[in-house]
Amino acid sequence: MSIAKPLPHDAARLHVTGQARYTDDIPTPADALHLAFGTSKIAAGTLTALHLEAVTNAPGVVAVLTAQDLTHDCDVSPSNQDEPLLAAGSVHHVGQPLFLVIATSHLDARRAAALGRADIAATKPILSVQDALDANSRFEDGPRIYQKGDAKGALASASQILTGRLMMGGQEHFYLEGQAALALPQEGGDMLVHSSTQHPTEIQHKVAHAIGKPMHAVRVETRRMGGGFGGKESQGNALAVACAVAAQKTQKPCKMRYDRDDDMIITGKRHDFQIDYSVGIEPDGRITAMDVTHYTRCGWAQDLSLPVADRAMLHADNAYHLNNVRIVSHRLKTNTQSATAFRGFGGPQGVLGIEKIMDHIAQHLELDPLAVRRINYYADRVVPSEPVAVPPPQPIHNKAADMTSRGSEKPRPSSVPAASETAQTTPYHQPVTDCIINALTDELAISADYSNRRAAIAEWNAKNTVLKRGIAFTPVKFGISFTLTHLNQAGALVHVYQDGSIHLNHGGTEMGQGLFQKVAQVAASRFGVPIEMIKITATDTAKVPNTSATAASSGSDLNGMAVQNACDEIRLRIEAHLAERYQTRDITFADGMVKIGSETITFADAAALAYQSRVSLSATGFYKTPDIEWDRIAGKGRPFFYFAYGAACTEVVIDTLTGENRILRTDILHDAGASLNPALDIGQIEGGYVQGAGWLTTEELVWDDKGALKTHAPSTYKIPACSDRPDIFNVALWDQPNPAQTVYRSKAVGEPPLMLGISAFLALSDAISATGPGYGDLQAPATAEAVLAAIGRAQK
Amino acid sequence: MDVTFLLNGTHVSLSDISPTTTLLDWLREERHLCGTKEGCNEGDCGACTVMITDTEGSRALNGCILFLPQVNGKQVTTVEGLAAADGALHPVQTAMIDHHASQCGFCTPGFVVSMATAHLNGATDHDTQLAGNLCRCTGYAPIIRAAVAAEGQPVPQHLISLAKNPTAPQQPQPQPDDSRHIQPRTSDSLARWYVDNPDATLVAGATDVGLWVTKQFRDLGPIAFLNNCADLRGLQETVSDLKFGAMTTMSDVETAIAPHFPSFAAMIRRYGSVQVRNAATIGGNIANGSPIGDGPPALIALGATLHLRRGDRRRTLPIEDFFIEYGKQDRQAGEFVEAVSIPKQPDTLRCYKLSKRFDQDISAVCGCLSMDLSGGKVTAVRLAYGGMAGIPKRAAHAEAAIIGQPFTEETMRHAMAAMADDFQPLSDMRASAAYRLQTAQNLLLRYLYDINGTATNVQEVRP
Repeated sequence: MSIAKPLPHDAARLHVTGQARYTDDIPTPADALHLAFGTSKIAAGTLTALHLEAVTNAPGVVAVLTAQDLTHDCDVSPSNQDEPLLAAGSVHHVGQPLFLVIATSHLDARRAAALGRADIAATKPILSVQDALDANSRFEDGPRIYQKGDAKGALASASQILTGRLMMGGQEHFYLEGQAALALPQEGGDMLVHSSTQHPTEIQHKVAHAIGKPMHAVRVETRRMGGGFGGKESQGNALAVACAVAAQKTQKPCKMRYDRDDDMIITGKRHDFQIDYSVGIEPDGRITAMDVTHYTRCGWAQDLSLPVADRAMLHADNAYHLNNVRIVSHRLKTNTQSATAFRGFGGPQGVLGIEKIMDHIAQHLELDPLAVRRINYYADRVVPSEPVAVPPPQPIHNKAADMTSRGSEKPRPSSVPAASETAQTTPYHQPVTDCIINALTDELAISADYSNRRAAIAEWNAKNTVLKRGIAFTPVKFGISFTLTHLNQAGALVHVYQDGSIHLNHGGTEMGQGLFQKVAQVAASRFGVPIEMIKITATDTAKVPNTSATAASSGSDLNGMAVQNACDEIRLRIEAHLAERYQTRDITFADGMVKIGSETITFADAAALAYQSRVSLSATGFYKTPDIEWDRIAGKGRPFFYFAYGAACTEVVIDTLTGENRILRTDILHDAGASLNPALDIGQIEGGYVQGAGWLTTEELVWDDKGALKTHAPSTYKIPACSDRPDIFNVALWDQPNPAQTVYRSKAVGEPPLMLGISAFLALSDAISATGPGYGDLQAPATAEAVLAAIGRAQK
Repeated sequence: MDVTFLLNGTHVSLSDISPTTTLLDWLREERHLCGTKEGCNEGDCGACTVMITDTEGSRALNGCILFLPQVNGKQVTTVEGLAAADGALHPVQTAMIDHHASQCGFCTPGFVVSMATAHLNGATDHDTQLAGNLCRCTGYAPIIRAAVAAEGQPVPQHLISLAKNPTAPQQPQPQPDDSRHIQPRTSDSLARWYVDNPDATLVAGATDVGLWVTKQFRDLGPIAFLNNCADLRGLQETVSDLKFGAMTTMSDVETAIAPHFPSFAAMIRRYGSVQVRNAATIGGNIANGSPIGDGPPALIALGATLHLRRGDRRRTLPIEDFFIEYGKQDRQAGEFVEAVSIPKQPDTLRCYKLSKRFDQDISAVCGCLSMDLSGGKVTAVRLAYGGMAGIPKRAAHAEAAIIGQPFTEETMRHAMAAMADDFQPLSDMRASAAYRLQTAQNLLLRYLYDINGTATNVQEVRP
């Protein structure tokens, strides 16, 4: 059986030989045209005129389109229909597309786009949290509030109260492959679109809308992305729509890819947050009350900001049981790029908030931070949960809305039963029935030798005047499921050919995470065949319709189950046929063979026999996650099917003269359930950790006071490089089956490990605490400058 | 211009090409060799890494900012050329698969070419060799495991043959000096042409000029590609001086300077990346006049002399006098940097480069400090900083507070206070003015501790 084997990525050989084909590598017909956007240099104002003569007359230019030239509504928003492809009237951020150049080469299109001039009557841009609060510039009417118990009352009676503020920066995805799309006009006005997207169905929907056709006229294909991380959930819409509109107009294939600077200036990033907190604490570090307020800059359009901000609230507890808690969330509208999905989808921001609080409590009380964490942990429990009644889904009537987007959720009344009184519950009243964080912490604390190293570091610090070390141990508990419940569905299409080879297709997309291989391993296991007999094929809206984005870590949970169901359907048909033919029910599929009673035939022969007997060898599969229901307005329900857990222990060293710092060692124990492929899962954990650590250390987004992003290329925006990884980097899997009935009892692993990187941030805080008596109050990202500033506060 | 080279062993001859066509664009768009990727189009991510081989060996370069004339007469090996003709994978390719070192795969070809080049050269300092290749998926750990695993494997035969026959069989035709763009063989011919074409752009390594083309769409006017001027390249060592030709690459400077000024060499190891240092030159780093270049502060601290040439007229000046103000250097029309010479001296230089990321980042502050000590007192001091002003600049007030004083913390603290009169740095995306000044001051303490043997370098701390 190929399940649980550490097989390499399905395309590994293609990757290393340069043969793996990405969107920009697809051979195009000789008459293909290339597109580029001309963008706004002004953050806010009214567009009064465009001067495009120089653009039109530039070499290679075929046409230049402005908003007035678009015959259909070309909205590219995944949620609120508030993102016109090209600005008309008002301008909302530096980098907003104003016009579209169609030219005979990529370089000609880019060169020409730079020649356009726009007259914009500028207004004062809303840039900061404070700007937005002052102007009451926000999405939704007011703040969302989730609460449990009586936070105010408990704060009033607390023995001690700590208050603070954490500013945390956003994060650029920096997928190595920039956004790209290619539209090929077909007969009868149909459109074939290749898109580097995590969400082909949304591309299909948006393109169909933009060219005035039903969805059946548009086929979207995605073989792979060169990285996504959430940045290709909605941000590819504009390119695909632009290509389709241009292709419809010119009747020629049209391709668009953003140059890196354009990509960073135009597209959204992780939301930055300001988190204000008040916690009531006991002398042992136990939290008796917590009141936190999230302020998030959503940028100019709604995009996926509401569910992002929701998920931040849903992770404000992380692994800690809080009896009296109030979480307030302001979703602020600013004249900056529209912040979007990024691995963790608000979760990391919520988790960092409470981990900062734990750090503050421990330093304030001079306790071991891990002891403070442990005393606040949810209790480990494994209790089968009762499924809750699921009310019938309510249709969304707005036709322009894309129901397959996480942004499409509309308010609806609460309909969730109260939680069982015995279980510990989250601030949103979901019982936590699968917690393992205590046992996991015990194991990692031993394997990482936490206590001894903590003592050794204190000793080392006493001897070193300029350099200081620090160590931190942080847990993660991450909720798995789309919080927009109806997205928790997936489809698959499986064919078995008469030679026994198997064609596999499903709605998930491959962005490097190894989803295709994991799902292929499921298929191979269901048929008992070697993995080589499975052909992995590109995601295609004509094969599996109405798919959800490959997002929320759900890829293998949803698509793996859908594929399992499709494979089982075919296998059962073959079995039924063989049972009749051989008159036995003793049939097993293994090692490429089918054992029927005392006889053994190859799987290929079994397929041929079934074919000759007119048995259908093609099936669709479908899966929907059971037992989830969520009311995002009330903040009550069971949004998550289960939780994934993990913990990391990081040691760092800082230089007190400059704030320079380095990760020395990281130990991780992470829960991937019964892993479908331990090699791929460990890859997600290592990569997620480094990406999370990057978010909180070197990756700093800087806008100037006019709203222009100044860090728009790798020369100025610094993701981790090779030498930034920990010198010692131990990663292990918890490797216990998921109590929830997931595919082969595995757990989602895409997003949760990113939050393990928080241990690097708090190890820096720990090192800073060795420099002086005060609380350093480190802010994120902890650049060398931020570290030096925190040292200054600690020394005061 | 006309260009001839070998591409994965195949002869390529191009006529009348636009001289600013990049190798990357040509490979992908004309040759449809799409294994080489565009990640950033500015030489910072390494997805476009190619192996260039000539008589001086094989090295990794960024194809996105490499103009076709720069590979004239050389061998170009792309990711498609690493496996053997029978499809047998290169050992680094096999190791990358075995160690699960590719996820999305987009950076992978660039990594593989960097690794294969290092493997060919026997280099095993993987963090250095791969600092110019960014990966967003793996966290690098499996890539390094793969690189280590491939270390002992033999170099494939076809790459050995390639290294033995490094140049294109048909040598490039010398470009006539009266053409619009030239690729001269000698500095004399360059000097003559440049006097007549003072508005021309001189392309040394193109690690900066490349971006003028790929990002700013600038018309470079007439261009002289200097990479064939052999007499502008290399180190001339005399009893008293180390004289580097302007076209000496930063890689070669790093190697040559290491025995004399190891701290300078250690800083050069962080200058760009292997791919950038293999292209960038010491002359280009000076001539472009950047206030944040890392070469000039070190050269100023070493009291280096700049050699300029216009036609047959040569002159020298202390390198610090070359930088007049932001964007303005003491260089006449038609005059070019020919060499820089460093006086030999006891090594008291320490180079401190502060940046957000340790590797391949532009300095927020670059402090190059040198103090001669005698009898516990400072007898000579040079404090040169980049990132603190519109030009690389010495901290005159701080120097005055140190000279003749005891080499103590008290002296340094006086000098730190005095330094506030030396610099009014800017705030930008790399650092605030306050951080720049505070750390520039603190580097005086670091120098003191460093010389006195106190641990000050986070890079030297082991887990």
